[in-house]
Amino acid sequence: MSGLGNILRKEIRELLTPATFVPIILVALIFATMGNSIQGIQQQTQEPPTIGVINEDNSTLGIVASTLLHSHAKSVFNSTSTADLQNGLETVKQHNGIAVIIIPRNFTERIAEEQQGTIQIHWIMKGAGLMDTISSSALESLIAYINTNISKELIRENTSVNASFVLAPTQRVETTYFKNREFVGISPNTISGMLSSQSLLIPIVIMMIILMAGSIVITSMALEKENKTLETLLTLPVKRTSIVSGKIIAAAVIGLLLAIIYMLGMQYYFTGFGISTGTNLSAYDLVLTSTDFIWIGISLFLALIAGLSLCMLLGTFAKNYKSAQTLTFPITMLAMIPMFITMFADFDTLPLAVKIFTFAIPFSHPMMASRALLFHDYTLVVGGIVYVAIFAIVTISIVVWVFKTDRLLTGTTKFKWFKALKRRRF
Amino acid sequence: MPAVEVKNLVKKYGSIDAVKDISFSINEGEIFGLIGPNGAGKTTALRVLSTLLSINGGSVTILGYDLSKQPGEIRKLISYLPEDAGAYKNMSGRSYLQFIANFFDQKEVPAMVQKGIEITDLGKRIDDRVDTYSKGMMRRLLVGRALMTNPKLAILDEPTSGLDVINAQEIRKLIKSTAKTGATVLLSSHNMLEVEYLCDRIALISEGKIVEEGKPKTLMEKYKARNIEEVFIRTVHE
Repeated sequence: MSGLGNILRKEIRELLTPATFVPIILVALIFATMGNSIQGIQQQTQEPPTIGVINEDNSTLGIVASTLLHSHAKSVFNSTSTADLQNGLETVKQHNGIAVIIIPRNFTERIAEEQQGTIQIHWIMKGAGLMDTISSSALESLIAYINTNISKELIRENTSVNASFVLAPTQRVETTYFKNREFVGISPNTISGMLSSQSLLIPIVIMMIILMAGSIVITSMALEKENKTLETLLTLPVKRTSIVSGKIIAAAVIGLLLAIIYMLGMQYYFTGFGISTGTNLSAYDLVLTSTDFIWIGISLFLALIAGLSLCMLLGTFAKNYKSAQTLTFPITMLAMIPMFITMFADFDTLPLAVKIFTFAIPFSHPMMASRALLFHDYTLVVGGIVYVAIFAIVTISIVVWVFKTDRLLTGTTKFKWFKALKRRRF
Repeated sequence: MPAVEVKNLVKKYGSIDAVKDISFSINEGEIFGLIGPNGAGKTTALRVLSTLLSINGGSVTILGYDLSKQPGEIRKLISYLPEDAGAYKNMSGRSYLQFIANFFDQKEVPAMVQKGIEITDLGKRIDDRVDTYSKGMMRRLLVGRALMTNPKLAILDEPTSGLDVINAQEIRKLIKSTAKTGATVLLSSHNMLEVEYLCDRIALISEGKIVEEGKPKTLMEKYKARNIEEVFIRTVHE
């Protein structure tokens, strides 16, 4: 065999390991899933929105508006009286619809007097994720289309109509019902936009904290083994719990410091792109109180401790610095999945299986906490805190147990079933 | 009461028996050597006695404490020097000694660090980062670390491993003087001459079993050998 062939064979054998391929396969799977989701979103935008229509105006323009709504949307509730609004909202909600539209009695009359006719939209908002507002965007396009058609109608009837009026013959009066609250004068898109700092900034920052602090812990364990300092440390008069806690707390502190620096940069980044950071939230009582910040702090702290204990557990498998880098991959995935989920969807609107999966990932909870607290959903926040605390306690106990066994130094375990499984797999 | 009492110790790595039913005892103030080739089970036995590994059979009592039940108490009294140990590379020699001393009685810390600095004999280099040390300097630092805490039992795995003649000689003298202060020393070595010079008693270990035990001089007389190396060859191969 030639020198090149010999080297080539050795290098390929070294690189052809599960550690090389598993991360890439998982990334490919994630991209495939994201592609499918985007396809789903495209299909969703093409589907007509499900609505209810209350038309009190039997005159020409009222009928035009009503006809367009019926022909371009799936109408599940029809009425001619505003008194039926509550019934309409219930019916539309049952059909998973998005809004009840009211065309008031004086709609045509006002437009005839060159005053904007009012279209009342009562939105049923399901979630504040980016994907949750897709249906409302479709209805907003339809309302704009009605506006254009009324303009055409006005021009056809009277070519000398006031030009500036004819461009906008209708106005929208919107009310959004979201998480048992009524937001008068704003649409789901506006609410979603106002919450964008929570939707984007917080999950990214939390993901970065987890990754940075997690990497510190795994690397620390790997370096203890690589530098041959672990054996000495384990024979010193110090409790295993102190070693584990010391490493976890140090990484948490450094992770939080790094996160503050990162968060400052991200804040400027989002400001640069003109994304609202919450300046108008107080007008709609969408602000976090100091108590809410304490809840978020507890949630974040516990998630960090849970995540770092998990990293510590993974770190016990690390043989050296190189293997530590590979071991950060599962944590990266566990931090990225809830980040994308909370960015694009609301916990309440997720399918049950995804809901359970999201809840089970400890990092999801601080990501979801701020939005949940804005809408006073304390059950999710407190439930999450309890779950993450249990997760952290169990994981730390496992880590301490591993520290008390031979596994840390010998890489072996006494479990016969685990050995059998390993033999079967490799 | 012996400082160390090992009875029918068994240690397995999966299906491999690393230590097979060995028994020995070490008296207080004694230097006891475990001698054997690579893979004989010396390091495993020392790791077990250092509370790093659990046992699969038998019993170990160190300074009156049961190894399986009271490892925490044992750690307060012992000091273990692994064969290929390292130190934290981002620390200076002094900081490393300080870090280790901080795990012990706070009143004793300055004296321990001072003793460690004297043992290492690194001069001004004690304040340099550990990653700039030569192999010999690193080993001296680690021996200093192991002995500065005034352990009742020092467990030293190949204490002079990789050292040149002069450094090795200095460390042997240190071990001797440590034992004179009343500390018990358990060491392992490939170097039979070192063992002959250092140890009051030795145990020859081969394939996880103790094949012979006694004072070096007595063993040499028993096997009519000129040195321990010959004793070892005769017990293992003849």
